[in-house]
Amino acid sequence: MTRELTCIGCPMGCELTVEVENGLAVSVSGNTCKIGENYARTEISAPVRTVTTTALTADGVPVPVKTVGNIPKEKIFEVVGQIKRTTVALPVKLGDIILEDAAGTGVAVAATKSVGS
Amino acid sequence: MYDVAVIGAGSSGCAIARELSRYKLAVCVIDRESDVCEGTTKANSAIVHAGFDAVTGSLKARLNVRGSTMMPELSRKLDFAYKQNGALVLCFDKEQTAGLEELCERGRRNGVEGVRIITGDEARELEPALTDEVVAALYAPTSGIVCPFEMTLAFAENALANGAEFRLSTCVNGIDKTDGGYTLRTSSGDIQTRVVVNAAGVYADKLHAMVSAEPMKITPRRGEYMLLDKEAGGLVTHTVFQQPTRMGKGILVTPTVHGNLLLGPTAEDIDDKENTATTRSGTAEVRAKAQLSVKGIPFGKVITGFTGLRAVGDTHDFIIRECSDAKGFIDCAGIESPGLTSAPAIGEYVRDIVTGILSPEKKPDFIDERRGIVHFAALTEEERNELIKRDPAYGTVVCRCETVTEGEIRDAIDRPLGAVTLDGVKRRTRAGMGRCQAGFCSPTTIALIAEKLGIGLLDVKKNGVYEKEAADNA
Amino acid sequence: MREFDLVIIGGGPAGMAAAIAAKKQGIDDLVIFERGDELGGILNQCIHNGFGLHTFKEELTGPEYAERYSDQVKELGIPYELGTMVLDMTEDKQISIISRSRGAETVKAKAVVLAMGCRERPRGALGIAGFRPQGVYTAGTAQKLVNCEGVIPGKEVVILGSGDIGLIMARRMTLEGAKVRAVVELMPYSSGLKRNIVQCLDDYGIPLMLSHTVIDIKGKRRLEGVWVAAVDEKNTPIKGTEEYFPCDTLLLSCGLIPENELSKSAGIELSPLTSGPTVDESLETNIEGVFACGNVLHVHDLVDFVSEEAVRAGENAAEYIKGKPSSTGVPVAVKPADGVRYTVPSRLYAESAADSVHIRFRVTGVFKNSAIVVSCGERELFRKRGRIFVPSEMQDIIIKKDKLSELDGDIEVRIEEAAK
Repeated sequence: MTRELTCIGCPMGCELTVEVENGLAVSVSGNTCKIGENYARTEISAPVRTVTTTALTADGVPVPVKTVGNIPKEKIFEVVGQIKRTTVALPVKLGDIILEDAAGTGVAVAATKSVGS
Repeated sequence: MYDVAVIGAGSSGCAIARELSRYKLAVCVIDRESDVCEGTTKANSAIVHAGFDAVTGSLKARLNVRGSTMMPELSRKLDFAYKQNGALVLCFDKEQTAGLEELCERGRRNGVEGVRIITGDEARELEPALTDEVVAALYAPTSGIVCPFEMTLAFAENALANGAEFRLSTCVNGIDKTDGGYTLRTSSGDIQTRVVVNAAGVYADKLHAMVSAEPMKITPRRGEYMLLDKEAGGLVTHTVFQQPTRMGKGILVTPTVHGNLLLGPTAEDIDDKENTATTRSGTAEVRAKAQLSVKGIPFGKVITGFTGLRAVGDTHDFIIRECSDAKGFIDCAGIESPGLTSAPAIGEYVRDIVTGILSPEKKPDFIDERRGIVHFAALTEEERNELIKRDPAYGTVVCRCETVTEGEIRDAIDRPLGAVTLDGVKRRTRAGMGRCQAGFCSPTTIALIAEKLGIGLLDVKKNGVYEKEAADNA
Repeated sequence: MREFDLVIIGGGPAGMAAAIAAKKQGIDDLVIFERGDELGGILNQCIHNGFGLHTFKEELTGPEYAERYSDQVKELGIPYELGTMVLDMTEDKQISIISRSRGAETVKAKAVVLAMGCRERPRGALGIAGFRPQGVYTAGTAQKLVNCEGVIPGKEVVILGSGDIGLIMARRMTLEGAKVRAVVELMPYSSGLKRNIVQCLDDYGIPLMLSHTVIDIKGKRRLEGVWVAAVDEKNTPIKGTEEYFPCDTLLLSCGLIPENELSKSAGIELSPLTSGPTVDESLETNIEGVFACGNVLHVHDLVDFVSEEAVRAGENAAEYIKGKPSSTGVPVAVKPADGVRYTVPSRLYAESAADSVHIRFRVTGVFKNSAIVVSCGERELFRKRGRIFVPSEMQDIIIKKDKLSELDGDIEVRIEEAAK
């Protein structure tokens, strides 16, 4: 089976053609770098994303956060839900971990901005 | 129990309230919206007509000329933006210059000063952007432009300072005759009053019918406009009208008193008293007709379009009188163009009817003047510094397009009869009225309103809080 | 009157990078005027990732990218004044500013870097018919409300325009629990990056309706819904294709406009193609010592390119302050030709140019298997093939100075389409 994908690894957005056998990518073409090939392989077998959103302080001040690595795509809403239930105490520094293990993915969530002095 | 209840807080209602507040009368102004100036007054040409248009001898003609004459002094006393910029009525057809002569003659008969006919070339000398098709023009030097929001707010604030009450977000759903006057059944309870003034704009016929059997029909006439960036505001300096032709009533091209360029209106009679939507065809008509008058209109600089509803009566004149079958109920209806110009004169006229009924005493301590919100953008560096020293909030520019500071917005919200919506702040300060149309300033303005009203950011409304369902259920 | 060697107007990515570059070139008497209450500008509300791949070889979020630069500004001791709005600028580089702490003031600069960024095209400029209710926002305003104020403007959303901010906000609103019914795009192609269509729309099953537009807005006080219709080649709505989408929020992502009111007040010449100043290869405007970079010059899709451009503006401003004569010789015009919408720079001084010259531009449509060709008369100066060129991606080509000797006419940049 052949699948067409658009690489999301960088703004170039290479159009990838992927040969798939038994749910695995066996060959990738159309990519201009290694990122494209890796993206295609993961996207076929177990797609992942980095999630960015905001967590709130007790006063409702939003603090931007991200998962420090990729999480399974199907866990996105679960991860966002858990972040929304987490209250951030100020001040935070960029990189501070606000959640050790987002929705059982083993991936931490960190602040992406220093807020409050 | 009030002596007078004025229904409708537009330019007429507020001007009437101000005139009545000269007397020892308990006056209230009622409006269904959460702010004054939410109906016809907020969407029109903003012109102070010289007075050559109305039929000689009509109430329109008389109040127009009187209003226009009052405007310069009033604008100084009450601190609202007004400028006498003069107007031209363009004629595109040699065969029709007789019509122009007639208009000029009518102007003289109506008491308009300085009206005269000029040639096409003379007109182009005055306004180089006029098209080559202009063969002659009527020149009316006393025509002016005004800020309808500021003018109406000025009347309202001054009336308030002189003791008039404002009952906003209050919709009149019914009126009962009582022994000493009337009971208004409103969405926020009954209001007793001796005299009622019906200044309800496009709804004046509905209110009239609650007490009177005399027929009255007010037809909303939809007028669409385009507003252009201040960069285009200098294209013309006079208000440029078109002589009515076979192709119908023309549209105008005018600078606004704050320096934008305004084109419009279309004229379409409709049934729906709420339909202030713009349309593709209306926009196209404004574009096409404006270009007959003026060359090189930069349509790429349009910053917004809007639609107003004129309250057109069935008598072709203003209907301002006590109902013959409802004593103490005074109609102030059919206030179409030149209603804005006439507003101060309408105030006097209705005042005289009311004082004829109630014979009140004059207040010895009437406050004749009112100060508006500081216009920071117009100040010198020295004046700006003094202001910022006094209140640092004037050191933060919230609206970059119109250079409106936090100090001005706070004043607009804090002052009596202050703004409670984004549009209310916009009308008072121009924050959000510029080329980015509030994209930049609205989050800050929302926060300032929320703070003042003690509500959540999401509960801050863009415009009036009147909900038809709520009123119907009341 | 305070006097500075260098005033940088705007403390976003362009202003910070220009300031850092100038400081590193030995300019100590400089200042950044920033109207917001922190450095970073619009990056502070762009909490999504995808920034910095070129500059830092890793994917950062907007605030992270901003903080890398603001940390440097602080470490280098570059003065910056927050809450400071520049109101006016004159041709002789007198700049009127106001702030809460210092009041109204006029300062003077030897050189200026314009880094004011851009603004969004509002609804009024789009001429969409209908009412003007609450619930219509530009995508960037909604982004600020959601990400900086913690306010979610609505629950059912339609987005008009497929610019990157619109696409990003489609995902953002979805993650905040809203239902995004559709992204509607007038053109037959998206004006956003392909990766954003995949990860912001496709991931969440949000339809992208190309060659469609919003023709009517319903709801007098509060938005109730929008009518969407397909358009023909002339962008005219096609009768019979109308479809009603109930929604309480309409986001507009219909283009960005460089913010050049200050430039105009100073008499700086603007390009009708970019709405930004016309500049030469050193990014100097028609006024000596005034340079422009970032989105105030032309709208970028990648902040990395903004930073790179700003470094050049900052370095060239530093050279100017240190007394290097301005551009010398006779300039040639750099003109867009077939398939090219604009070029930055629009004039070039080959004699005084640096070793290599950047030409940045956007294409007018989608071109597959085509070539970018730069020529001067019959002479070809540059050629580069590409699999695909799209309007959403700014092109950046570099021409070596030795190719630019003895130019005898205008330079043209064009797209040469593959033979069919």
